[in-house]
Amino acid sequence: MEYIQAIIDLIAQYEQQNTLNLIYLVVLMIFVGIELISHVPSVLHTPLMSGANAIHGVVLIGAIIVMGNASPDDTLSLVFGTLAVFVGTLNVIGGFVVTDRMLEMFKKKPKGEKVS
Amino acid sequence: MMPYMEIGYLIGSVSFVLGLKMMGQPDSARKGNLVAAFGMAVAVIAALFFTSKGFHVISNLQYIVAAIVAGTVIGTLMAKRVQMTAMPEMVSLFNGMGGLSAALISIIEWRHLLHTSGSPEAMDQAAALPIGMYIPIMAGLIIGTISFVGSIVAWGKLNGKIGDFRFPSQQIINAVVLVAILGVAYINYGEFNATHSSLYFFVTIGLAIVYGLLFVFPIGGADMPVVISLLNSFTGVAAACGGFLYQNKVMLMGGVLVGSAGTILTVVMCKAMNRSLMNVLIGMAGGNGGGSTTSASGGSVREVQATDVAVMMKYASKVIIVPGYGLAVAQAQHVCHELENLLEAEGVDVKYAIHPVAGRMPGHMNVLLAESNVDYDKLIEMEHINPEFATTDVVLVVGANDVVNPAAKTDPTSPIYGMPILDVDQAKQIIVLKRSMKAGYAGIENELFFHPKCGMLFGDAKASLQKLVNEVKAL
Repeated sequence: MEYIQAIIDLIAQYEQQNTLNLIYLVVLMIFVGIELISHVPSVLHTPLMSGANAIHGVVLIGAIIVMGNASPDDTLSLVFGTLAVFVGTLNVIGGFVVTDRMLEMFKKKPKGEKVS
Repeated sequence: MMPYMEIGYLIGSVSFVLGLKMMGQPDSARKGNLVAAFGMAVAVIAALFFTSKGFHVISNLQYIVAAIVAGTVIGTLMAKRVQMTAMPEMVSLFNGMGGLSAALISIIEWRHLLHTSGSPEAMDQAAALPIGMYIPIMAGLIIGTISFVGSIVAWGKLNGKIGDFRFPSQQIINAVVLVAILGVAYINYGEFNATHSSLYFFVTIGLAIVYGLLFVFPIGGADMPVVISLLNSFTGVAAACGGFLYQNKVMLMGGVLVGSAGTILTVVMCKAMNRSLMNVLIGMAGGNGGGSTTSASGGSVREVQATDVAVMMKYASKVIIVPGYGLAVAQAQHVCHELENLLEAEGVDVKYAIHPVAGRMPGHMNVLLAESNVDYDKLIEMEHINPEFATTDVVLVVGANDVVNPAAKTDPTSPIYGMPILDVDQAKQIIVLKRSMKAGYAGIENELFFHPKCGMLFGDAKASLQKLVNEVKAL
């Protein structure tokens, strides 16, 4: 009973925070992700992994928000936050540039080509 | 008043989905990457200069911009400088950076939470700690840390800086560590108002680091792509945790998208190797296949000279080249293409047989060979090329090993048993370019080399191919 109550409380809390909407979003995005990848030729697996790698660099937005919330005299938060923005940017920029370099190679192929 | 920030995030989210979709087709792949990059830029600008209320420059902008500029310059340099062969480890390294970013965010938010909810005023109210914030913070911390540490280990392994490391009952220890992480995180929640709260928090970080190490250490090098793909989806989930924390939809959608797409990609890769994900994670193959003793086959290898091979190929009507990691390491793709052109000029039909996991990653060989302008039509995937080996005069195996090992079909005790292979033994002649008789990445003997039809041309792949080119020219 205790557990059930805890779960109910949890759901109530989530609902309050408008988090339930986000959960719907999560479920839908999971399906979108599965659908996008399911029928991809194996040639593109490496670039695709690299592209997805760049996209999760969106964590950079979180790092920016953290920095925006940090008070100017909270040195530790500022240092960690700046580092988070820096490595997040590395992830984004590095990810997209590496992917572009990989995909550059696919450009010269004749059109109408079918893989597998 | 227009909700510019929301619009910016929406553009970001849509372009991620669209970009990933386009990246799934060879024709639009490059554009897809640019679309996703554009969306990211829009989302970052929205975060920097807008709130849901309108234009508002974020505080501490100077530090943020400095960090972004530094990250852009260094990231571009690293990505531009890296050799095509070292791409996999580069991807792993960037992935680790994303994980680190997520973990750092959680650490800052945790301190923030301690100072607000943990302050004496808030202590009076029961359940001061909002679980809706606690869960995403801890999940982001744990997953981000594991992803960071794991990616760095994977990076070191692909570079050859870190070897395989196994000890008995490792799976059990891993499971215990994982349970301990969750347990400590749970206790931390209960003890939130106590003075020792931060201690539990740091213990959680420490355990997550240990888990990240233990998770990747035992996995064989050949399985690294699968692990990187998996860690990639971990980082996606860590980013999604940030989305929950800030109710930020672009982080949530981008993170979940990568989390789910990455997981599927991992499964698809495993399928290409005919391995189950479980199998890879436990580290079954990749060197410790218990029963596989060296099947010395009693025979001896036949060493051949470049001249003979050149003659053989020049007067063949059909040659198939099987490229492997050896080709990549030796940077031999250009000279390989040169050889192909020479043979074509002599009227020989030359094709490339691409195993799904040739090299270190699916598609690795395609990328490399495309770099040296090899015609896309000549790269034939395994299922289409296998029937052709019977009518082939010479198969030239360039630095590939496990993908042509007949043990995958014949020896049930072999760690790679069941993996689909290229049926090179159907061809009339097999020539293997190899540096030495050392085993391949799976760490097992290849009886193909002892096959009567097989000749070995020892040496660095690039040097050997160059010799062949010279010999063919001289003939």
